[in-house]
Amino acid sequence: MLERFIPAAASYAGDVDQLVWLITFLVGFWFIAAEVMFFWLIFRFRKKDGVKAQYITGKEKHLKQWINVPHGLVLLFDVFIIIAAIRVWVHIKQTLPPADRTVRVTSQQWAWTFQDPGADDSLDTADDVFTTDELHVENNKTYHFRLESKDVLHSFFIPAFRMKQDAVPGRIYTGWFKPTRLGDYDILCAEICGIGHGVMGAKLVVETADQRATWLAAHAPAVDETATDATATDAASTDATSSDSTSAAAGQQ
Amino acid sequence: MANHHDTHDHHDGAHAHHDEGWFKKYFWSTDHKIIGFQYMFTGMLLALLGAFMAYVFRMQLAFPGQAVPGWGVVSPGQYNMLITNHGSIMIFWVAMPVLIAGFGNYIIPLMIGADDMVFPRLNRLSYQLFFVSVLLLIASLVVQNGGFGGAWTAYPPLSANKDFNLTPLGSSLWLGAVAVEFVAFLLGGINFIVTAMNARAPGMKAFDVPIVVWTIVIASILFMASVGPLVAGAVMLLFDQLLGTSFFNPNRGGDPILWQHLFWFFGHPEVYVVLLPAMGIVAEVMTVFARKKLFAYKTVIYTIVATGVLSFFVWAHHQFVAGIDPRMANVFTVTTVLISIPIAEMCFVYIATLYGGSITLSTPMLWALAFMAEFMLGGVTGIYLGSSGADIFFHDTYFVVAHFHYTFFPIAIIAVMSGITYWFPKMFGRHMNDFWGKVHFWGTIIPFNGIFIPLFVLGAAGEHRRIFDYHSFPHLATPELQSLRIIATVSLVVMLAFQPVFLVNYIVSMFRGPKADKNPWKANTLEWTADSPPPHGNWAELPNCYRGPYEYSVEGRELDYWPQNEKA
Repeated sequence: MLERFIPAAASYAGDVDQLVWLITFLVGFWFIAAEVMFFWLIFRFRKKDGVKAQYITGKEKHLKQWINVPHGLVLLFDVFIIIAAIRVWVHIKQTLPPADRTVRVTSQQWAWTFQDPGADDSLDTADDVFTTDELHVENNKTYHFRLESKDVLHSFFIPAFRMKQDAVPGRIYTGWFKPTRLGDYDILCAEICGIGHGVMGAKLVVETADQRATWLAAHAPAVDETATDATATDAASTDATSSDSTSAAAGQQ
Repeated sequence: MANHHDTHDHHDGAHAHHDEGWFKKYFWSTDHKIIGFQYMFTGMLLALLGAFMAYVFRMQLAFPGQAVPGWGVVSPGQYNMLITNHGSIMIFWVAMPVLIAGFGNYIIPLMIGADDMVFPRLNRLSYQLFFVSVLLLIASLVVQNGGFGGAWTAYPPLSANKDFNLTPLGSSLWLGAVAVEFVAFLLGGINFIVTAMNARAPGMKAFDVPIVVWTIVIASILFMASVGPLVAGAVMLLFDQLLGTSFFNPNRGGDPILWQHLFWFFGHPEVYVVLLPAMGIVAEVMTVFARKKLFAYKTVIYTIVATGVLSFFVWAHHQFVAGIDPRMANVFTVTTVLISIPIAEMCFVYIATLYGGSITLSTPMLWALAFMAEFMLGGVTGIYLGSSGADIFFHDTYFVVAHFHYTFFPIAIIAVMSGITYWFPKMFGRHMNDFWGKVHFWGTIIPFNGIFIPLFVLGAAGEHRRIFDYHSFPHLATPELQSLRIIATVSLVVMLAFQPVFLVNYIVSMFRGPKADKNPWKANTLEWTADSPPPHGNWAELPNCYRGPYEYSVEGRELDYWPQNEKA
């Protein structure tokens, strides 16, 4: 249902879509059954001259079945939904498969800053690439993301991945995703964060290993011989660095 | 806000034995009926304000950047202010005062055969505090830097820090208004509970009490038990805003997520606080116009109680992806999905009540049936959001918006309309026009679906909430999705265009409608044994009660109803 509007671009996106289908079948059944019954009763028992309504207390056993049987079935359907929902949840939010690469995602009013580990695949080293409002990831690699916020609540939402997580100032949240489909997708901020909330979007680019190598080469910071890990970490927090790399990224497009 | 002029004319002549001044009678009254009207009219006036806000931001969404007739170009700050206050007004200043305080005050003493509330002066104080909260709310909209725009949930740090929300005065006044309002409802709720427990007519046992009284009393208990944490939280947030404390400030040892727990611990029971009275109104109207005993009265009571108890254990489903321990989501998925059982059971009982009935599709009945038909869609779509795995995607999308409007609109508008059209003859001693009532009904129900079905689709497409213009998001700015937004907005405009039909019908009928007798619907409950409208004190001699409220079409009786006060 969801893939009618947005492609499923992460390994677990299909799980969410299947769960949505399951819920739709189960609750759709009850919804349609109840509405059909409801409208049929209204039609069947509309007022007719000379016909008096029946006196039914609801204590009659054979009539009470009409409530008790659906009651039991709803419980049964609920159990299916709960099991399916928890399975998907545990897979996406409670497990953390080993990472091929880790990125840092920093949100602030009203921009996303992404820190790519660079060629050495290790975060907070001199070759890290900082971008604003654009995240490049390689297809079929498992990514961890470290989600932070500098000011208010934001929410890191990638509809094509079926993934959403709030960024809370003062906390670092580590989550994961594995892109499975090449292309450009939207990153949204799904938590109201002030007057710029409506422009707080970013672009997600899922690309091949070769494309990523080209992108990295074009954006790798000039490596300073004296640079230490510490200075690289400092650079992460300066806006100048990130906006520089944005303009570079824009040029590349 | 001079909102009670409308009611005084025909009260005056008939019941002049209470020779009070006009001001004292309508603004300083301790009569539960007048206080009910005060709440109801204030709520209805604020509904107009809330509806206007919806009109402005829906126009902005359909035609972004263009001047909205009656407002002008909508800025992002204004947009946030409009959605925030639309939400808070419609829930706190429309649904609560009209459904609980308005109907509760008007009908509880009449339905249980009492001459007034147990604490009439507390009741008056309740409305006066509520009125102060309205003034604070209005003030928050017009002060310098504009009204609060941090969403009705007011999550800190955005709501706590003026450097983030840019509305120092607006946010504090808004928060103060919410806190004062809850104190007002707390007083009113205590009054409802005590009155229903102590002031029932002789002979009225617990299971002879009409369902709507049960639902309002249980809703009041839920409110009383859940509102404490929120008022405490509001005071803490107010301290963070004004005194620089750090309850919710992570940089100085606070925790922003604490607020979410305090808010939703109140906020989710609050859904049932307004849902239950709406279900109660629908039960009264359906039984009267189907001429049927309620199917399994006691089952309904048990489901109300079960829903109420369960509603305290579901709040964190609003926070699945908020950064709480992910294991908590499993617990709250179980409780949230399980609450579908008592609610579904209640729906089944209501549907079964129609079986074997003799159904008249009068205006109140149309509204009551529409409540069931529409609310069921709101109910089942909640399952998607309560299921943690699916909520990862749906949280904070328009799917949520569509879902809760399919619950709140039936609650705050459809059930309220059912109640107003049903009790109007009692309230004013005159009938509303049935033809225009039906025009208003269809002119509201059809566009209602036109507004919110497209929003389900937009939510499934990943459209996130509280965005004033989707141009920044390429996958959401497609013409296909934009046309859905336009359908929703056009439907809203059509729906609003039909509302004057109701207002005119209401006001004209109040003065010119055909006179109503005591019991125009041939109903059983005690309020229909009082004069229409009832005088101060309700009855010259208080009624006794001899049976349950739903003895319709009893076999062997000539009449198809059997008033509760009639000796066997």
